[in-house]
Amino acid sequence: MEQLAAALGAGERPAIATALNLIDDNRAQAREQATALLDLIIEPDGAANHLVGLTGPPGVGKSSLTAALIDVWRGRDLRVGILAVDPSSPVSGGALLGDRLRMKTDPVDDGVFVRSLSSRGQFGGLSTEVWPMCLVMLYCFDVVLVETVGVGQREADIAHSCDTTCFVAQPGSGDSVQFLKAGVLEVPHILVVNKQDMGAVATRTLSELASSVQGEHPDGNWNVPVLATSATQRTGIVELADTLQAHHRQLADSGDLQARRRRYQAHWLLKRLEENYGRAGLRQLGGADALLAELCDQPGNPLVQYAQYQHRLSAARPPAD
Amino acid sequence: MTKESAGRDRPWLMRTYSGHSSARASNELYRTNLSKGQTGLSVAFDLPTQTGYDSDHPLARGEVGKVGVPIDHIGDMEALFDQIPLGQMNTSMTINATAPWLLALYVAVAERQGVDPAQLQGTTQNDVIKEYLSRGTYIFPPQPSVRLTTDLIAYTVQHIPKWNPTNICSYHLQEAGATPTQELAYALSTATAILDAVQAAGHIPQESFHDVVGRISFFVNAGIRFVEETCKMRAFTRMWDQIARERYGVEDPSKRRFRYGVQVNSLGLTESQPENNVQRIVLEMLAVTLSKNARARAIQLPAWNEALGLPRPWDQQWALRMQQVLALETDLLEYGDLLDGSPVVEAKVQALIDGAREEMARVEEQGGMVACVDNGYVKRELVQSHTHRMRAIESGELQIVGVNCFEKTAESPLTAGGDSGILKVDQRAEQEQIASLQAFRAARDQQAVASSLAQLRAAATGGENIMPSSIACARAGVTTGEWSEVLRDVFGEYRAPTGVDIAASGGGDAQAIDAVRARVRSTGEELGRPLRLLIGKPGLDGHSNGAEQIAVKGRDAGFEIVYEGIRLTPGQIARAAQEEGVHLIGLSILSGSHLELVEDICSELEAAGARDVPLVLGGIIPAEDEEALRNMGVRAVFTPKDSDMNTIMGSMVDIIRQSNGLDAAV
Repeated sequence: MEQLAAALGAGERPAIATALNLIDDNRAQAREQATALLDLIIEPDGAANHLVGLTGPPGVGKSSLTAALIDVWRGRDLRVGILAVDPSSPVSGGALLGDRLRMKTDPVDDGVFVRSLSSRGQFGGLSTEVWPMCLVMLYCFDVVLVETVGVGQREADIAHSCDTTCFVAQPGSGDSVQFLKAGVLEVPHILVVNKQDMGAVATRTLSELASSVQGEHPDGNWNVPVLATSATQRTGIVELADTLQAHHRQLADSGDLQARRRRYQAHWLLKRLEENYGRAGLRQLGGADALLAELCDQPGNPLVQYAQYQHRLSAARPPAD
Repeated sequence: MTKESAGRDRPWLMRTYSGHSSARASNELYRTNLSKGQTGLSVAFDLPTQTGYDSDHPLARGEVGKVGVPIDHIGDMEALFDQIPLGQMNTSMTINATAPWLLALYVAVAERQGVDPAQLQGTTQNDVIKEYLSRGTYIFPPQPSVRLTTDLIAYTVQHIPKWNPTNICSYHLQEAGATPTQELAYALSTATAILDAVQAAGHIPQESFHDVVGRISFFVNAGIRFVEETCKMRAFTRMWDQIARERYGVEDPSKRRFRYGVQVNSLGLTESQPENNVQRIVLEMLAVTLSKNARARAIQLPAWNEALGLPRPWDQQWALRMQQVLALETDLLEYGDLLDGSPVVEAKVQALIDGAREEMARVEEQGGMVACVDNGYVKRELVQSHTHRMRAIESGELQIVGVNCFEKTAESPLTAGGDSGILKVDQRAEQEQIASLQAFRAARDQQAVASSLAQLRAAATGGENIMPSSIACARAGVTTGEWSEVLRDVFGEYRAPTGVDIAASGGGDAQAIDAVRARVRSTGEELGRPLRLLIGKPGLDGHSNGAEQIAVKGRDAGFEIVYEGIRLTPGQIARAAQEEGVHLIGLSILSGSHLELVEDICSELEAAGARDVPLVLGGIIPAEDEEALRNMGVRAVFTPKDSDMNTIMGSMVDIIRQSNGLDAAV
């Protein structure tokens, strides 16, 4: 594992692929190896890099926008890792992962890495592997972007696991505005209206969104900007990259980033525990709120932490499922 | 047979879609075909020419001269029509994204032959909309593509009045799975989108707009359900007449006529018992000739062995003879319309019209055909229809003789010869083409090339009609790649929606798919994570229907499918396989360049350290190439005769199990 960690540190593509495969692998031996790997690569204060969440309804152009951002970031000599999450089929469990198609990257550029993931039953949400995969990617890249389909409540997942959440809205679709007003949508840090090239209808959506999110983000110290982009015409992309960077800088300056990252991990642990042991399990560990507070105080290896809670629960009684 | 008896209709134009290896070889073929009684030419260009690359571009490797003739510059075009007087020829060119360029070369060659371009007759296919949906040789995004299409239309209406500037294609929609209703709706919606765009561009004065409408022609498919197909042609005729009259105010009935050419269905041609394709082709030809009032203007027939590989001259001759027998020996052309007044036909036509109108309204509601390409709607509908068809074949509900019934066959003498019954492209053709291209480039007036390219760039940026500067480029010795590169730079490139994001639906053999699903799941559990496949198309061939069906089926079988779409380089495939951590790579190749592409992909995988990922191949792959492919490391080759998708899925699970050292039996 030391060898793998060293290769990851050097940004070697085969090593990144191997590490992600390992994180994904449920076999006992692989779990041990993954745990050992995370021990080696989790950086207690690695906040120089930026974890971005990009979400929005299907067909809004998220992947094209991601491709455009990759170009800007590569132009700034930033190394970029992408985790692109697509929904899985409720019938077969299979999935069609088509995001790569629109992210035609330079085939010899080692500064970009794209891994597609299926939501594995969590529509709009993030499957179990995403957070540990983010940790691997954060070790290897300056910017890590997680792209998900978000249409309502479920993208809360991404708001709880990224430094900066960016919501992409479709011109002419009132849904985003309605979701925001109804409080169904977690307030993102940045709102983007893509397909600016559609003209008047894009401008109208832009002003509707601007008026519905007026003011400060609940996190504080940040006014939610509403930007217009066109991924196909490549307009507004530099501004979006600048705004993402400004938000990252604001988080880093406020000294809040470490605490936030611990919170992402706490949410991930809580969700996993709830999935596998139900609310009863959480109650046994002191209830969701207390547990979350407890988890937020504990930096460390998420796989080790999960195993510890698992142990506590199974020592007490067999799992609920 | 009585020659030209009174009252007998003139036969339609008879063509054979052909071209291969080099301009010189194709020219010989054309002259032979003309001497056999062919009455027009139909030029097939190779994929680099269709997608705007010179023969020495890295993406062109293995593709030069494969599915058509390579045309890099005016010298090639001149050689292609050597001793063929363009003033008397009627030439159809299957060319789309680079249509303005190939027409510019044609005009420049006519000038060199001393022919006034105003006399030229023929057709440029010039329908990029269906390229996004089916054929895949698009380059630019929809807006600039429509602009190039309309520039060509406006130019020819004013300067080459007998030219058919666009052949709106429903042909490829049927190949992509369209039902007759969808064919009607999408082809007619495309035609109105293009005409509306010509009108909006304002190049043509309003009072002569009816001339533009009158020059629009269509390229249609005819499938084996020939009664319904005849009705479809009657529906097309009636609907187009109405659209021309009501939407564009065309008074002159001759300018409202639905003028169309045909290539009959290739989708339904089978690899097993391929001789049966002869009767399929003949019946399909009936569909577009039977009804005089809806008869095709030009027909080209595929050869019986298309599903096996490239047809030989003899196979093409056979296809031409089918047309000649129908037109010259039978009494078909002696009668008026045979179907007028038939209540059965009338009811069917009306039902098709009603269905098509509904679908056209849905397209219109979403902003028209261009918007529906960009938002993926039409592509999704087509993939859905094609999936239904595949499921019906699988379940036996749709019977195909020799494929899912009456499979037993005697040895066929037709494929027993030393050449296995197909044409082999000369392997040296590519090198020879590259050498002649490089000599041409070195010998031309570089100054003239640079200044004509600057003119082209100015026209592309400024909105001036693209044709005059393209013709200047053709005269100056600009190459296909250079012309396209300028426009790529100005307009950008595009990747069309894949349509594979359709919902899983029932049908097919439920038990068989459940069994595959269980194996996919359990094998995934044994390997610690869900099974992942990479599906993609290397090379320039854009016929993505097969790859899409495998992607959809794979998803339904429980695989996580990374679908990469068309026109991938070997490097991109190797990279994706590694980054995505897939258990197997599935590639689809129909252009005949499988040996070169697979060789390159294997060495890229080796370089990436991902050689252990098993590779399977699907497409039109001659049986004799299988061994070479297996020696390179390909684990399985699937061809059109492997029509049972569940079996294909099962084989992929077997291969994954084998490569990972798991027990094969499970």
